[in-house]
Amino acid sequence: MAYYLLKRLIATIPVMLVVAVFIFLLLRLTPGDPAAMIAGDFASEAQVAEIREKLGLNDPLLVQFGIWIGNIFQGDLGESFFFKKQVTDLIMARIEPTLSLSVVTIILTVSIAVPMGVVAAYRQGTWLDRTVMAFSVLGFSIPVFVIGFAFIYIFSLELKWLPVQGYQRLSEGVGGWLKHLILPSLALSVIFVAFIARMTRTSVLEVLGEDYIRTARAKGQTETKVLVRHALRNAAVPIVTVIGFAFAILIGGVVVTESVFNIPGLGLLTVDAVLNRDFPTIQAVVLLFSMIYVLINLIIDLSYTVLDPRIRY
Amino acid sequence: MTEAVALSPTQLTLRRVFGHPSVLIGGSLVLVICLMAIFAPFLGTIDPNLNSTSTRLKPPGYEGVMKIYTDEGRVKVPVTYRLGSDTLGRDVYSRVIYGARISLVVGVSVAAISIFLGMIIGLVAGYFRRLDGFIMRIMDGLMAIPAILLAIAVVSVFNAGLTSVIIAIVVPEVPRVVRLVRSMVLSIREEPYVEAAITAGTRVHLLLIRHILPNTLAPLIVQGTFIVASAIIVEAILSFLGLGIPADEVPTWGNIMGAARENFQLHPHQILYPGVILAVTVLAVNMLGDGLRDTLDPRFAKRV
Amino acid sequence: MNADPSEYVLEVKNQYVLEVKNLTVSLPKSGDRANAIENISFGVKPGEIVCVVGESGSGKSVTASAVMGLLPAALKPVNGETLLDGENTLAASKSRLRDLRGTRMAMIFQEPMTALNPVARVGEQIAEVLEIHTTLSASERRRKAIEIMESVHLPDPEKMVDAYPHQLSGGQRQRIMIATALVLDPALLIADEPTTALDVTTQAQILTLVKEMQERRGTGVLFITHDFGVVAEIADRVVVMQNGRVVEQGTRDEVLMNPQQPYTQMLVASVPSMTPPERDSVGGDMAIEVVKLDKEYGTKGLFGNGRVVLAASNVDLHVRKGETLGIVGESGSGKSTVARCIARLIAPTSGSISLHGTEIATLPESKLRPHRRKVQIVFQDPYRSLNPRRNIGLSLIEAPMNFGMAKPEAMAKARELMELVGLQGDALDRFPHQFSGGQRQRICIARALMVEPEVLIADEAVSALDVSVQAQVLDLLDDIRERYNLAMLFITHDLRVAAQICDRLIVMNKGVVVEQGLTAQVFSSPSHEYTRLLLDAAPGTDAQFGAG
Repeated sequence: MAYYLLKRLIATIPVMLVVAVFIFLLLRLTPGDPAAMIAGDFASEAQVAEIREKLGLNDPLLVQFGIWIGNIFQGDLGESFFFKKQVTDLIMARIEPTLSLSVVTIILTVSIAVPMGVVAAYRQGTWLDRTVMAFSVLGFSIPVFVIGFAFIYIFSLELKWLPVQGYQRLSEGVGGWLKHLILPSLALSVIFVAFIARMTRTSVLEVLGEDYIRTARAKGQTETKVLVRHALRNAAVPIVTVIGFAFAILIGGVVVTESVFNIPGLGLLTVDAVLNRDFPTIQAVVLLFSMIYVLINLIIDLSYTVLDPRIRY
Repeated sequence: MTEAVALSPTQLTLRRVFGHPSVLIGGSLVLVICLMAIFAPFLGTIDPNLNSTSTRLKPPGYEGVMKIYTDEGRVKVPVTYRLGSDTLGRDVYSRVIYGARISLVVGVSVAAISIFLGMIIGLVAGYFRRLDGFIMRIMDGLMAIPAILLAIAVVSVFNAGLTSVIIAIVVPEVPRVVRLVRSMVLSIREEPYVEAAITAGTRVHLLLIRHILPNTLAPLIVQGTFIVASAIIVEAILSFLGLGIPADEVPTWGNIMGAARENFQLHPHQILYPGVILAVTVLAVNMLGDGLRDTLDPRFAKRV
Repeated sequence: MNADPSEYVLEVKNQYVLEVKNLTVSLPKSGDRANAIENISFGVKPGEIVCVVGESGSGKSVTASAVMGLLPAALKPVNGETLLDGENTLAASKSRLRDLRGTRMAMIFQEPMTALNPVARVGEQIAEVLEIHTTLSASERRRKAIEIMESVHLPDPEKMVDAYPHQLSGGQRQRIMIATALVLDPALLIADEPTTALDVTTQAQILTLVKEMQERRGTGVLFITHDFGVVAEIADRVVVMQNGRVVEQGTRDEVLMNPQQPYTQMLVASVPSMTPPERDSVGGDMAIEVVKLDKEYGTKGLFGNGRVVLAASNVDLHVRKGETLGIVGESGSGKSTVARCIARLIAPTSGSISLHGTEIATLPESKLRPHRRKVQIVFQDPYRSLNPRRNIGLSLIEAPMNFGMAKPEAMAKARELMELVGLQGDALDRFPHQFSGGQRQRICIARALMVEPEVLIADEAVSALDVSVQAQVLDLLDDIRERYNLAMLFITHDLRVAAQICDRLIVMNKGVVVEQGLTAQVFSSPSHEYTRLLLDAAPGTDAQFGAG
């Protein structure tokens, strides 16, 4: 097991390396002088030269990359041009809202989507199934910011049930924290639910067609137990895999949702950084999100060992 | 069963495709939106970029007069703001109609480019096993960056505009197509009919073109349709965030909504109208894709 | 049929465990016929094995599913009854059916690999039946599971009870299935092709087990199969089905030795005999010679910890012009690996393959091309052997055109060969989906002949075909071998087929050639223990088919 864990960890190195190289090259290989781009249209020649020196842009590419990676390993993500702060500090300050939003959304999503998909598969072809599928296509088609504004319009402006925008820290009280999170989480979970419900339905349908389901029925097992004991236990691996993939959607959605609801998290930081061409921050955030995504999928990979006895190490 | 008239598999497939309700409904909706984009100038619109300070932020149905400065001096034009006007007095109705153009252009070109690139890279990775490892490591790396974030990172280094938006959306889509094509090539090349062609002395390029490529087409068409839908959404997101196509250049559904954000509480319709038509468009494309998947590629339909 | 009068009283009350009366199951409208099965009637007595035998599409499996109440939703019983101890299961409520399954009737299936839940322990899966139908405690259930595992001769049941299905072999899994089915001593066991997916030696063991259990417990067995060898081995009575109808039924000896209906006669006559016919020895030129062929799969791994499988090791063989060499073996024996190496679909790890004196084992693809036309191959699966998107004509002319033949000439040749293999010459513009399995296999043979090969490899080429079609395709292969003076390499797992068509045989086991010799010699006096095992295991070895 420990050997397997190590092997999987090592396997993520090339992936993260590609990510790092890509992020690094993105800025260096763009048309034009990155320093001039960073400095903006009104910078003097001297200012540009200073930035170039500061970024080490005069060194050979490989050296630059080495320094950059070395710094990252020491927890130094550089200094933000725009916010004039250490990027690490910026990120630390912004983590709580994003984490809150993500966790609430995932809990909401999984507890809605998985039962939805299972029921749809089990009642394949009925109105229930068709409703779930219709919702799924619809949920996939409405962009998260449209849903967000529609929710604000209905629940905040018209019904005045919930705050319009913003965020309240958990330390200031669970009630206020939750109140601010309900709408953004709901809005964000729509597409997420659509995706996971649909994939769950597919996985369960596939499993329901397997021979061992017929075997269980031939034993005289009740339908509920056939579903829970045989179908769900086998569908667990694909469902968990899909949840892992869906984190990519979640992370993309976080960026948009935070903008719509004005939540001062990492997503909003990303948008502000891009709008202000704050490259160290952009690089850091993209790297961080990718790392989290890779890590989550690694954990999911490891969970297979528990879910499926065929996978043993 | 043998039919009286010999129909090729292609003809049989087409019959099935055009008999599917999702294809019919989704397809007709897509067609309507395409026609709307093409004939935008004839649908009672005015120049979507005309602004008029005297008629800012008017409600839907407002009839007013635009004051426009031309070479011949100031001209007064009577206008009916069917969907109201925005902060610069521009006609939201005209902007929404014209906005269809960008969405469709972005959707279709992103799909075409990513399918094209993905197909070539995927064929190479799937058939020439020596390159496979290297190519797939890079694809894995790119796929580790969440799509919207990757698109944002790409636009951040280019100047905002149509081309950079298309590039930004293509980059994250390509690895997905590569994966699909590669896995199909890997399974098709194990098929006995491909092995029979190998023993028949068929050269590699003919093998790929005759036997492997045609059998990857159906899933690729389906995938392409879904890419159109997701590209339309991502473009809207980028433009909405102000990272995509600037609102003063060309109207897109995303930047119309982006521009309307600050006045959302007073004029929610400016976000809701383009939002609804955006959702309807994406829904239509997704329905088309669902229908195509069910009819073109039943095996794929079971998997996804 | 008449029972001894003294037993009459007992028998009349419970003469049949299962009685199927006038059963009709309808197909959905889009099907190629109205009913999957029509007016089926037969019975199974306690302690009796009734084989329902038929080719694909005969409706034999539908009959079994109907009795169990496990028909897919699209198939509906519209007439008749299936009486289990006098109770009509077609009319039973869902909960009554559940009560009956596992207790009064049980079923085992074709694929032991997929019929067991892969994420549950096998003991758990046996015990599940007890959990559903009895009030036994968990420890009692476990004890009973171990007991029944012991009685189906599974090794070390105390340990195996906690194993997962993937840790067991195919034969062991089928034993688990049988244990699960029999744990509550049902009156009726339905076995739907339970040995079809197994190797012949394993099949023999499972058949013995079914027989043993049935004798010991007095279970009535309804055994579905397509294989007359199996029928000869275990049946008490036989029901022959064709296109959803019962053609003929009677005792085993009646049906196998003295069939009354033309269809049964044809089926029985199509079963290849285990006795090889007399064959002239072949003294033609050497067409292909393989020396010390090795094929390794897998990688050595970075630290030598990779897995290497030696799929074929030290294989020597030769085939002369006009000769058929059979390679016989079970799955994993390496027989197909050898064939694929010779066709150069894969490159051998080491060794030599000499084609008319040209060494092709190590040639790179570019130099190999001119030699490709000399070796052609016909594969097992007729449904995947032709590109579904190209019409037959295009598939046939591909190879000759690759080697420079003009299109009109190639088309003319294709027409000629289509007629040679018994199809219409003008069918070239049709697509594969318009042909049956046997017809497709004929097309594949025609395709192989298009480039006038010297060596024809038939890789399980008749294994997927029904027995009647199989006999025709075998005749065709033998015909063209003679007509074109081909060297034929015939790969098969089926000893009966090998006996009929091969001049010489090679027997492979675990990648190694264990025996070779003239077919008649191998069959009559096998020298290697494994060959003897294989021959003994072949079902119905001693049976006589047809009047002869």
